[in-house]
Amino acid sequence: MDDGYAVSAPLSLEVSGLRYTYPDGHEALTGVDLRIAQGERVALLGPNGAGKTTLVLHLNGILRGSAGSVRVGGLPVVPENYVEIRRRVGIVFQDPDDQLFMPTVAEDVAFGPANLGLRGAELAARVDEALEAVGMSQYRDRAPHHLSFGQRRRVAVATVLAMRPEILVLDEPSSNLDPASRRELATILRGLPVTLLMVTHDLPYALELCHRSVVMDQGRIVADAPTRQLLADTDLLAQHRLELPYGFAPIQLPQ
Amino acid sequence: MSMGAGHAHPLYLDRASPIHRLPPEVKIVASVAYTVVVVITSRDAFWAFGCYALLILGVAALARIPPGWLASRALIEVPFVVFALLLPLVGGGERVTWLGLSLSVEGLLGAWNILIKGTLGVVSSLVLAATTPARDLIIGLDRLRCPAVIIQIATFMLRYTAVLVDEARRMRIARLSRGYNPRFLWQARALAAGVGSLFLRSYERGERVYLAMLSRGYTGRMPRLDTGGASAAQWASALTLPVAAALVAATALLQG
Repeated sequence: MDDGYAVSAPLSLEVSGLRYTYPDGHEALTGVDLRIAQGERVALLGPNGAGKTTLVLHLNGILRGSAGSVRVGGLPVVPENYVEIRRRVGIVFQDPDDQLFMPTVAEDVAFGPANLGLRGAELAARVDEALEAVGMSQYRDRAPHHLSFGQRRRVAVATVLAMRPEILVLDEPSSNLDPASRRELATILRGLPVTLLMVTHDLPYALELCHRSVVMDQGRIVADAPTRQLLADTDLLAQHRLELPYGFAPIQLPQ
Repeated sequence: MSMGAGHAHPLYLDRASPIHRLPPEVKIVASVAYTVVVVITSRDAFWAFGCYALLILGVAALARIPPGWLASRALIEVPFVVFALLLPLVGGGERVTWLGLSLSVEGLLGAWNILIKGTLGVVSSLVLAATTPARDLIIGLDRLRCPAVIIQIATFMLRYTAVLVDEARRMRIARLSRGYNPRFLWQARALAAGVGSLFLRSYERGERVYLAMLSRGYTGRMPRLDTGGASAAQWASALTLPVAAALVAATALLQG
């Protein structure tokens, strides 16, 4: 494994030796090791069925590994810590209609911090701050159903930002977005002062947003390198069913 | 009360009126209490029903609901009162002749009883619906201590009905695109299968929504965010309607 990234800042995420087998016997994680430093933006790449989403569900204790450990900002992911862990890990799921379950945008953004015990003016301030960060302040009283897909995805990001997470985990953030929404989301994500882990098939998006990428296949991390270098490794990409869009050559891009 | 801005249901009339500004829970209580008073009034106190009608129409005028709007929506009760119109024809006892028809007095009174109470009840519900968005109705029920499970189900329904309708629409388009155009009952099979798969999709969505809720710290209890509530003055002004109706009912009772 090419450990091309020097890790010196405190760790936001530390996964070591994580294994998980689904009840039907399918081994989804076969020993995952991953460290992400505070403030890093990392893309998690890999073919369908590689175990990416399974890994994500371990980060906040929705699934529990049979071996190995996960730490978020130093705090082990164990049932006693779930309340704090779920504050620290903000997962943005792929379908915003799953994430936005309350009747209005503001109520949805308030759901997380309210579960942490915030009320009144403090809660309202959190909601405003999160909606402001994704540029959706003027939609606070709207029903999610009346927003465009891109707007719903931005609100979904706000729902977890409102919990002031240590690490933001996005599952396929660019899927189903038109090019303008895709770019707007990228601008928003780049401006957020949090650690970011982004599960994606969208390799140009990974290159645009993340200096570092890790590739997962068959339940483990098979490559970990600067995104530019990784995307130039055609053999590696081919081995793990990753493909660049037609005509896209990362080497030619400005640094 | 603009919390439900995005949930203007088809019966909601967006107006600026003192009735629209009242908190939802006082409007619910006033509407239900008014209807109860109307229903328990003896059917032969004709003048009392005149007073009730004036009261509710007065509220509708305050809420700036056009009478025509109210009248056309009140037609929803027609299927329910149709059989009341048969009562004078089939009723027994003393009979009167009107336009050559022999009508039962008992039946006439019975029909009047159903028709007037039904109409006043429907109008009162329409006034409530026209002045309160769906989201506020749920908030009102919650403040009235309606069981939390019911409130949660209603809240999710409010959010996901539109999502479901969309999904059903996409499935219909997919069926039509593959040449499905049922003309006979036995072709409805595919429709039934569609309903089944819609149910499965909703079930799976339910699981994903639950995961998303857990990820944001859900522990089995919805956080109670709503701290607002109606003031004594708001209660007093809303309850004017049922209290006035109750005074009418009491007078009718004393006279009867």
